[in-house]
Amino acid sequence: MTLFINAKLIDPKNQSSDIGWLRVENGVITARGLKDAPQCDEVVDCEGHCLAPGIIDIGVKIPEPGERHKESFASAGNAAAAGGVTTMVTRPDTLSAIDTPETLEFVTRRATSDSIVKVKHLSALTKERAGAEMVEIGFMKDAGAVAFTDCDHVVQDTKVFIRALTYAKACDALVIGHPQEPILSEGACATSSPKATLQGLPAVSPIAERMEIDRTLALIEMTKASYHFDQVTTARALPALERAKNNGNDITAGVSIHHLVLNQEDVGDYRTFFKIKPPLRSEDDRLAIIKALETGLIDIIASMHTPQDEESKRLPFEQAASGAVGLETFLPAALKLYHSGQLTLPQLFRAMSFNPARRLELAGGDLEVGSPADLVLFDPDAEFILDRFVLKSKSKNTPFDGEKMNGVVCSTWVDGQQVFSKI
Amino acid sequence: MEFKQKHLLGIEPLSPSEITCILDLADKYVQLNRQANKHSNRLVSLTQINMFFENSTRTQASFEIAGKRLGADVMNMAMQASSIKKGETLIDTALTLNAMHPDLLVVRHPHSGAVDLLAQKVNCAVLNAGDGKHEHPTQALLDALTIRRSKGHIKGLNIAICGDIAHSRVARSNILLLRKMGNNIRLIGPPTLVPQGFSQYGCEIYDDMRAGLKDVDVVMMLRLQRERMDGGFIPSEREYYHRYGLNTEKLAYAKEDAIVMHPGPMNRGVEIDGTIADDINRSVIQEQVEMGVAVRMAAMDLLAQNLQKSRLQNPDSTNKKGVLV
Repeated sequence: MTLFINAKLIDPKNQSSDIGWLRVENGVITARGLKDAPQCDEVVDCEGHCLAPGIIDIGVKIPEPGERHKESFASAGNAAAAGGVTTMVTRPDTLSAIDTPETLEFVTRRATSDSIVKVKHLSALTKERAGAEMVEIGFMKDAGAVAFTDCDHVVQDTKVFIRALTYAKACDALVIGHPQEPILSEGACATSSPKATLQGLPAVSPIAERMEIDRTLALIEMTKASYHFDQVTTARALPALERAKNNGNDITAGVSIHHLVLNQEDVGDYRTFFKIKPPLRSEDDRLAIIKALETGLIDIIASMHTPQDEESKRLPFEQAASGAVGLETFLPAALKLYHSGQLTLPQLFRAMSFNPARRLELAGGDLEVGSPADLVLFDPDAEFILDRFVLKSKSKNTPFDGEKMNGVVCSTWVDGQQVFSKI
Repeated sequence: MEFKQKHLLGIEPLSPSEITCILDLADKYVQLNRQANKHSNRLVSLTQINMFFENSTRTQASFEIAGKRLGADVMNMAMQASSIKKGETLIDTALTLNAMHPDLLVVRHPHSGAVDLLAQKVNCAVLNAGDGKHEHPTQALLDALTIRRSKGHIKGLNIAICGDIAHSRVARSNILLLRKMGNNIRLIGPPTLVPQGFSQYGCEIYDDMRAGLKDVDVVMMLRLQRERMDGGFIPSEREYYHRYGLNTEKLAYAKEDAIVMHPGPMNRGVEIDGTIADDINRSVIQEQVEMGVAVRMAAMDLLAQNLQKSRLQNPDSTNKKGVLV
């Protein structure tokens, strides 16, 4: 039995952040309150720091099998624990793709033996993510897949897409998609802008996102499938999303933390650590997306953790690999929005813990009695300068290197067990 | 006037006075190049390596002649047949060459920003001979010199850049340079080939060539860059020629003394009528080639001076292998 006292309890369900206490027994939250803390043998004095439900991060790339030199379940698990992420939901865009129960069983075994935080797996939607034949959605779900996605491969063949959505609906399975019109966005590494034009980079119009959302929404209306857009990053996509949500479709939307705190100007002189997918957007887009998070139109923030080795980034911008690591910088980056007054802590944790848990039907993501004690204790004000070489990820491709950030994770617990401690 | 750059990676970092500084020196080299004895010893004992990751005839020849006239040891590397094909990265190739202690590296690369990347890894002066769709600074400088010699000045002129702006690094460098010097730029072409974003950089955009050419002092034609296009940007070459090819009738909208320029290679009958290209009263295309050698001599001369200055101040930097501190 452990008692946390003097904690600023970040409660995303009730949208509160009061000082109080919380009791954990056998890995489960068994009581909480604001005053009159009970007696307990083991007491953790939180000294007024924030105690929040651990982050549930949808879309973490752990390149096992295929590219374990970039990241493994062990290294990603350590990074997650240090970043306050208690559940990693991994992507199937590995080499080869997670598209059979056998490969899913392999990664489940690897995750169970090596990761110190919880791991859930996404399955590919189509075999080899090739967009031609759907995977065994029923078997994959039985084997533990929490949702189905071809990641950044968009299913172009509408017949295949409709069938997959229809079949997934019958299996009660959630489908996740990447809203980028594939032909328009092919080869693009920047968002269309005067600056991208001057830099001579192949760029894609933000309309590519809106187009794919419109197409997908039509098919969702038709099939009634449950659907999550992994990253909605442009202002122009929002009205369509809002209409579709209001029409009672089972739709949610996410965004990556990088699109919330960086914009296309940050790329500077061809800095490849800022090359991500979709490319960084304009400042107007960034502000519109933050607003959408506040209103709840966008539900989920993810790190879109994508480890890349030095060699794949030390190339001309067009040739360099996309993606950034994010597990350890997720929380301090998100706290920028808190410190700037744009989002409250309960709002942030609604998008980082509560909504992901609800969407994937996982236990937790809140501080309710009966929920697993997946917790993060952090000091939102503590300042530090990020040195990418101290990251626990095997890959160090962060856009925040050398940046002054606020927000330090003190400790992380998974099922009541401490998996990380700053001290 | 002082020229402070360590590299010539683009027009963007240059100040108007630095541009003038290059042009003034280039004027002197034009005189030298017209003499029987074309030799100078400005770059004697220095090594110049031309690395062309993309095909080039005129630019490479121009850089080679420029270096040789100044007395440098010039070496050409045909990078397409090199270790890049064996899987070596750009940075490793750069480090390998750097270990041979070159003083001037002239680089052309098919990807935007690649020359900037390479310049970060070597301790010699780097000249961008064209990177992707980004910049081609010596072309813009030679165009500026041609205009200045023809018009007597390079300020307040109306200059039309016509054709495939989207795929052209020549257009980008020219827009930057001519705007910095205070000229009015009009971009003329089909909307599929003219990025609208350039209006933010002070350019006027026209899709009607006749309207765009009205009263201009300079007409710059660009080649259709078929090799950089990923799909159909225009319906056909004959329709393109009909709407955007420069012929006598369209040129009549420009000022009477307007000059016609083209960075080459030309496609006669696609973007320009052969008779205009050959008209010595209008076309300065051959002069552009001549100015190219002089401008490259001037740029390499100035960069070499800065390189030698920095080596005197920091003598260790040349002895270390690898990257500059």
